[in-house]
Amino acid sequence: MTGFITDVMANFWAGLGIKLALIAFIVPTSALVFGILEIKISAHMQDRIGPYFVGAWGWIQLMADGLKFFQKEDIVPTDADAPVFKLAPVLVLMSAMAIFVVIPWGPGLVFGDLELGVFYALALSSLATVGIIAAGWSSANKYSLIGGLRAAGQLIAYELPLVLSVVGPVILAGTMSLSGIVEAQVVFGVPYIVVQFIPFVVFMIAALAELSRLPFDMPIAESELVMGYFTEYTGFRFLFFFLAEYAAMFGMMLFAATLFLGGYWAPGIPESMMPFVGPVVLLTKAGLLVFVAIWFRWTWPRLREDQLQSLAWRWLIPIALLNIAVTATLKVIL
Amino acid sequence: MTYFESYLTVGAFIALGALLVGVVLVLARALAPSNPSAEKLSTYECGVDPVGSGWSQTYVRYYLYGLLFVIFDIEAVFIFPWAIQLESLGMFGLIEMLVFIGILVLGLVYAIRKGVLRWE
Repeated sequence: MTGFITDVMANFWAGLGIKLALIAFIVPTSALVFGILEIKISAHMQDRIGPYFVGAWGWIQLMADGLKFFQKEDIVPTDADAPVFKLAPVLVLMSAMAIFVVIPWGPGLVFGDLELGVFYALALSSLATVGIIAAGWSSANKYSLIGGLRAAGQLIAYELPLVLSVVGPVILAGTMSLSGIVEAQVVFGVPYIVVQFIPFVVFMIAALAELSRLPFDMPIAESELVMGYFTEYTGFRFLFFFLAEYAAMFGMMLFAATLFLGGYWAPGIPESMMPFVGPVVLLTKAGLLVFVAIWFRWTWPRLREDQLQSLAWRWLIPIALLNIAVTATLKVIL
Repeated sequence: MTYFESYLTVGAFIALGALLVGVVLVLARALAPSNPSAEKLSTYECGVDPVGSGWSQTYVRYYLYGLLFVIFDIEAVFIFPWAIQLESLGMFGLIEMLVFIGILVLGLVYAIRKGVLRWE
């Protein structure tokens, strides 16, 4: 069985076809699964039952919602900048999909092992924000404009903690390829979270801000901005934003699990089992992080804009810089 | 996998994204109704007619943060190659980078003391 898989993957084009089919399945499915999980978990955290009638325990609810969006009229406001307005959700969805390229699911099980994997993932995570700003601006709506500007401010503040907190694992591994970082953790013996706990926390906070998840959802802020940057969107364009939000969250948590939690590797699993157990291990770790993100949502209230900026500039960036200095010093001395 | 093949994968992923969008577009054309009216296409403003232009003048308060961001972002780009090569650079590279980071932290402290990061 393994031999057959290796043979097929050895042919570049056949391998590429399989990879594309896989990703076309993974992205919408992960968005649906984490979407319904979020609804259900949120409901139970608030002592409600949540969706119940569509399918057993409401598990099919989001699929019904998704199909419904196809039947909705596609409205482009007269005042809007039509080309940008139409392109923006596509940009957001594509950047959410492309992040999956560099995530290793097992030894050799990676869509494309880029040498600059870490840079690539970080660059794509901020590309989504460019799409959001484009959506906010092109809508020609005051709520959308403010939402887009808030997203820009958030990107400026949290891009740096995100990038700087990743330097810790990169120093320890000595490579920027994500497969290389996982292999370095195997050699290291424990996942990097054990020695890099503070940058992990900084990374998670910055990642939530980058994804505009509560408590950093000021660009959407239903109670002030209606729906923020996607106020004017309807039908399948709205669906794109929805899919992208959950796919990007999953992608980001996979990235975090790979960098800090050891990725597909778990102590005690024999080398030969890794290609089969690896994806399950990685999925479990990423799922756990997604749960934490949902948990955060119902734990902290939304931050104010000035609190957002001061949290990043006064706390997260100095902490991340300090961590780089300490990690590098320890690495050289030890 | 060679260097170019891995970037070809990236290109294929982006092309797949475009293809999915195309499929959805066709599907939506077939399924969604279309009967636009002037009211429906007007900008949403909680039900009343929109006042003035949507692209109204806005005060971007984080303008100075943006300038600071550009400086620090370039610095982050400098840190990565160093982080990969730290093992071979050894003590020399470490001290150089500590000086570099030290100057940047001083800059950040200066900006905070100067009141640049005050939200007014």
